Amino acid sequence: MTATSATASTIRARVDAGSGALVGYLPVGFPSLGGSIDAAVALVENGVDILELGLPYSDPVMDGPVIQAATQRALADGFRLRDGFTAVQAIAQQVSAPILIMTYWNPVVQFGVDRFADELAAAGGAGLITPDLIPDEASTWLDASERVGLDRVFLAAPSSTDARLRRSVEASRGFVYAVSTMGITGARADVDQAARGLVGRLREQGADSTCVGIGISTAAQVAEVLEYADGAIVGSAIVKALGDGGVEAAGELAAELATGKQLARSA
Amino acid sequence: MSLRTEAGPYFGEFGGRFVPESLIAALDELSAAYEVARNDPAFAAELTELLTNYVGRPSVITEVPRFAEHAGGARIILKREDLNHTGSHKVNNVLGQAILTKRIGKTRVIAETGAGQHGVATATAAALFGLECVIYMGEVDTERQALNVARMRLLGAEVIPVTAGSRTLKDAINEALRDWVTNVEHTNYIFGTVAGPHPFPAMVRDFQKIIGEEAREQVLALTGRLPDAVAACVGGGSNAMGIFHAFLDDQDVALYGFEAGGEGAGTPRTAATITVGRPGVLHGARSYLLQDEDGQTVESHSISAGLDYPGVGPEHSWLASIHRAQYRPVTDDAAMQALRLLSRTEGIIPAIESAHALAGALDLGRELGPDATILVNLSGRGDKDMETAARYFDLIDEGARQS
Repeated sequence: MTATSATASTIRARVDAGSGALVGYLPVGFPSLGGSIDAAVALVENGVDILELGLPYSDPVMDGPVIQAATQRALADGFRLRDGFTAVQAIAQQVSAPILIMTYWNPVVQFGVDRFADELAAAGGAGLITPDLIPDEASTWLDASERVGLDRVFLAAPSSTDARLRRSVEASRGFVYAVSTMGITGARADVDQAARGLVGRLREQGADSTCVGIGISTAAQVAEVLEYADGAIVGSAIVKALGDGGVEAAGELAAELATGKQLARSA
Repeated sequence: MSLRTEAGPYFGEFGGRFVPESLIAALDELSAAYEVARNDPAFAAELTELLTNYVGRPSVITEVPRFAEHAGGARIILKREDLNHTGSHKVNNVLGQAILTKRIGKTRVIAETGAGQHGVATATAAALFGLECVIYMGEVDTERQALNVARMRLLGAEVIPVTAGSRTLKDAINEALRDWVTNVEHTNYIFGTVAGPHPFPAMVRDFQKIIGEEAREQVLALTGRLPDAVAACVGGGSNAMGIFHAFLDDQDVALYGFEAGGEGAGTPRTAATITVGRPGVLHGARSYLLQDEDGQTVESHSISAGLDYPGVGPEHSWLASIHRAQYRPVTDDAAMQALRLLSRTEGIIPAIESAHALAGALDLGRELGPDATILVNLSGRGDKDMETAARYFDLIDEGARQS
């Protein structure tokens, strides 16, 4: 894993400042294309350091009910893949935070892996998070991302062997996505203790940038995760706030979550 | 080169493992346990004992001359998987995976089901082995296969209607995968077809290939030669791979998979995946699938819940790509007419799924002529489809009620 990416640099800067990075997820096209763009900008203006933009997909096996409902609505409202590039470009023009696309693999395959990489780079995107693509199956994406200079974030799970963790670390650029618990996306009262152990194991395998996701929904949880990890990823809680209270509510939640970074620093 | 030695993860350019990292450990555990089991005489003995004394194997073959009169006079022979305990071929695979579940020390099983045949078979095995059992079934399917829902519940399984997406088999698989990601520590996923991530396509095929192995010997004994063609319906494709596999290296035996054409393969209301789909990634494997330009899975349609699936097993995609097997669509109506024809000419009520293979065989017989012998996999019985059939053919008197 090289640390030349904007994503890795951003995380490093936050860690050096004494806390860690806050990564915010929301799906493109929810509640509308424009609404998702405005919400993403609001997240960054309220303290989110890195954006994870989800592309709605018909069969999202890693997603819990909140994100499923949002992405299904976006698809029903006519989301098209090219809206992802439109959103990245529009957001990148307004804020400088790195923008990663989170996408299941088939849409990328159908678009063409090289073409997808080219268009994402041209729009100002930083790279991809690929929940159903393991490094073993990723040779075309490894080549394309290398050629274009995009980040590639692979997942690591508590159940992964050390050999597999090493493989995720070596294949990833930007950060490694540590899955906090065995499960799908969605807020949880307690972020699994397994996350702490997983982050330690990833460090042993050479990871210099690890963000923890799944189940994180409060500033206290952000602070807790940033005690041992380089970044905390929040998704369902933001999507729920956006759905319930619009862009303003999403921004308010981001500001609240960002206080977790201060808590981490003073801890 | 033999076509019968493919063990995955890849079948040509198809197959693989496109799943979240969280599932890899479980898939590796299953692969390793299966590798040990398939070389262990004790495993084979336990499975054979169950297949013999619980399922009733070997299933017989039945020649159906009155039905064959409508197929240009070709000889038609049915492999009677409908006579298995639980009423379909699904039990062959489920018992193998249930024994594996016990060997890896897990206490809870989950499964997806479309028509309910796989769900019933899994619920049956769970009852037999004392395992906790949860079945995911699309809400649309729980409505059109209500009898099988009742059977599963009677057997002690929890049936969860899935309300996401198209509320059919594809969404039931998504929900089962989500359950597995969450509960993988003590839960095994008993997958019902030759699709999904490795090791499922090869393992499920291995548990089903007994169909073709028996049928090949039985047809040889009956007719003195191999059949000219083997026909099976294809949704995910487990009964078809099961009967095809023994014949893969018999170059003179033509293999035909009959997909659910729905209202027509040229219409949007179809499930003819290989006929009109293109390669992509769904449910853990690269294979043919029904999808739009953006790679979003397109909802399939078939009157048969068991074939109403927008994907297909990767080994079928491979056999299609190397032209070893041919895949053709059969419409809802052609299948229903074949269902009624077999019922009236031979006294056998087939599952609507299997009726697709029968309809295909009728055409095939006319093409191949009266000297041809066609082996058809009668993968399941039609009891579960009586409501659909009754409605389709208007068989129940208005106002009648069963008491």
